[in-house]
Amino acid sequence: MSTEDLKNQATNKADEQEPTISRRYFLAGTACLSVTTAIALSPLLNAEEVPSGDDFIQKHYKELSKEDKKEIFAKLESNINKQYGVAATISDPQPLEGVEFAYVLNLGRCIGCRKCVYACMDENNQSRSPQKQYIRVMKMKKGTINLETSSHDYPEKEASSKDHFYMPVACQQCREPKCIEVCPVKATWKEKDGIVVVDYNWCIGCRYCEAACPYHARRFNFAKPQVPAKDINPDMGYLSNRPRYMGVMEKCTFCLHKTRRGEYPSCMEVCPTGSRKFGNIRDPESEVRKIIEQERVFVLKQEVGTLPKFYYTFAK
Amino acid sequence: MKTGSPNVISDLAKTVLIGNRTYAVWMFALIAISMLGLNAFSRQLAYGLYTTGMGDEVSWGLYISNFAFLVGMAAAAVMMVIPAYIFKDEEIHKVVIFTELWAIAALIMCLLFVTADIGRPDRLWHMFPVIGVFNWPTSMLTWDVLVLNGYLFLNLYVCGYVLYKKYTGQKLVARHYVPIVFLAIAWAPLIHTITAFLFQGLGARPFWHSGLIAPRFLASAFAAGPAFIILVFKIMDHYKCCTIHKDVIAKIRIIVTVSLLVNLLLVGSELFTELYSGSEHSIHLSFLLGFHGKSVLAPWIWSAIVLNVIAATILLLPARQNPRFLTVACVMIIVGIWVEKGLGFVISGFIPTPLGDFVQYQPTLNELMVCFGILAFGLLIYTALLKIAVPIINGQLIQKKNND
Repeated sequence: MSTEDLKNQATNKADEQEPTISRRYFLAGTACLSVTTAIALSPLLNAEEVPSGDDFIQKHYKELSKEDKKEIFAKLESNINKQYGVAATISDPQPLEGVEFAYVLNLGRCIGCRKCVYACMDENNQSRSPQKQYIRVMKMKKGTINLETSSHDYPEKEASSKDHFYMPVACQQCREPKCIEVCPVKATWKEKDGIVVVDYNWCIGCRYCEAACPYHARRFNFAKPQVPAKDINPDMGYLSNRPRYMGVMEKCTFCLHKTRRGEYPSCMEVCPTGSRKFGNIRDPESEVRKIIEQERVFVLKQEVGTLPKFYYTFAK
Repeated sequence: MKTGSPNVISDLAKTVLIGNRTYAVWMFALIAISMLGLNAFSRQLAYGLYTTGMGDEVSWGLYISNFAFLVGMAAAAVMMVIPAYIFKDEEIHKVVIFTELWAIAALIMCLLFVTADIGRPDRLWHMFPVIGVFNWPTSMLTWDVLVLNGYLFLNLYVCGYVLYKKYTGQKLVARHYVPIVFLAIAWAPLIHTITAFLFQGLGARPFWHSGLIAPRFLASAFAAGPAFIILVFKIMDHYKCCTIHKDVIAKIRIIVTVSLLVNLLLVGSELFTELYSGSEHSIHLSFLLGFHGKSVLAPWIWSAIVLNVIAATILLLPARQNPRFLTVACVMIIVGIWVEKGLGFVISGFIPTPLGDFVQYQPTLNELMVCFGILAFGLLIYTALLKIAVPIINGQLIQKKNND
């Protein structure tokens, strides 16, 4: 036994002889620690978003019954009304039988105006501060498809440049989506019509899907999403553009709240050059199907094996 | 047991709460830093991960870096357990429990770092089997949850069993714990391999998508972990907590040396493949090293490489016999591996983004405080565990029989 240990034992004995003092010290220490802990936790009082009890116990989307959904949608609508003063309707359109959506983008025509980027934001109630955009348009040097030499932040009002072409990229709605494989809680999945969706109430915010996506298509709400009341789009889908929470993932859903009732996605509607085409790839008469069959199309990063349903072409 | 438990609790409480001045100052400092970390974490919960330097481009930062490093530190305990239990090294066997306790502390830090990284910690229950939805076996993250918690449980059992038996003065029954020790030996490389798979399984990130990541993770862990244990043993020896035989340090030093050399070989192999081929995928590495525009990480990774090479040189020269040089080499290895694995490996995978955007990552003060808080808390737990374990192993802390 070393001298230090003997000393320690001696102090131990001394403490045992005066239990009252040690008890007082102990109580004082405990009180001190509790107060410090309370002070350390105090920022929680100003939390930007506190989940309600119902939010906390809400089940996965696929386990919700019709009644559950009705109740949840009604509550969301009333919350939106309270927060923004907007009478929103939350729909939950299901995938249509025999429909699988695909997109074709003509790089020969795109002028890089970014109208799609902002139409998407208006449609999908993305956070304006900090700004979240689903579509990233890259200015590419002609003669190469090298992403590393592309420019992501070319000037806002730049007209089509002679030496460049422009390449918009959003979620490629892959047939083999890596993002859904890596999710630890199945909070993101592929619907029957091929659209990859996120349950904003089930996502735990680990961002593994964002790391797994080869197209940088996912966006995470690092801050509480802020949308001015005047910019709210009241036509909302539960799995698409309803208001999102802080700390959850979101992404392009091909505007499923519109496209599942036969409308076009907003990025396509707004495109001034007609570069964007959208439709049902299983329908032999659809425009997208004809382009894919007749034009020379390619997919982005074919080597990663994700089998996108988003095709690019360099047509006139 | 009924009459025994209050005795146990008061014995443990006394052992942890009473110590000399150095101990008090050390513990007080750790508690203070942990509290600052808790405060920073509360701020992060209140305002979101926006309080960190992460964004959609670099979406994992220091939290996951520290996580990857500490999983290795936890797994490295096995490098002491193998000589103790398989090669029956008497001297190492006496002190092996201190390394197993380190695995417990390191795993607790790992779990805290993951919790700090998650956007919605309130929804962690979504991951629990039965009540939540557990995407097993598809998601590597679910594998990681299983192996990390499993390893924590195995080590808690072994340490708890050995310490309790010694404390109550009972004999250790080999068949009650040695099988678990052997299970833990098999389990340890698994936790680090699966953590590597988490990254290397992603085809979207060419920098991580390499079969060398798991072996590199293991080699670097088996260098940094035992290097840390050498430092701990030296400190324990210095404060006369227990006598560490010189041979023990020498043997651990050999483990560190071999692992470090293997790690350098693997890193070198990777550098060659990427840089010589000059394929498009080498962009991450050339950016990291500063060959492709300004990189915040370049000075760090170059220092890490230099630190590791100098440490390896010291360990190969006769200077290794000098305790001071050995201490310096150990510190260099720990820092070097931390930078290589954390900043160099995790963060570089995100730069450039899959769309070729070069975005730098710089942690915020709040993020750093959370990191320091978790590290301090881990050391706090480890110190407390050692404070209990040392007198029990030395035979100074034994349950009193006349407690009625």
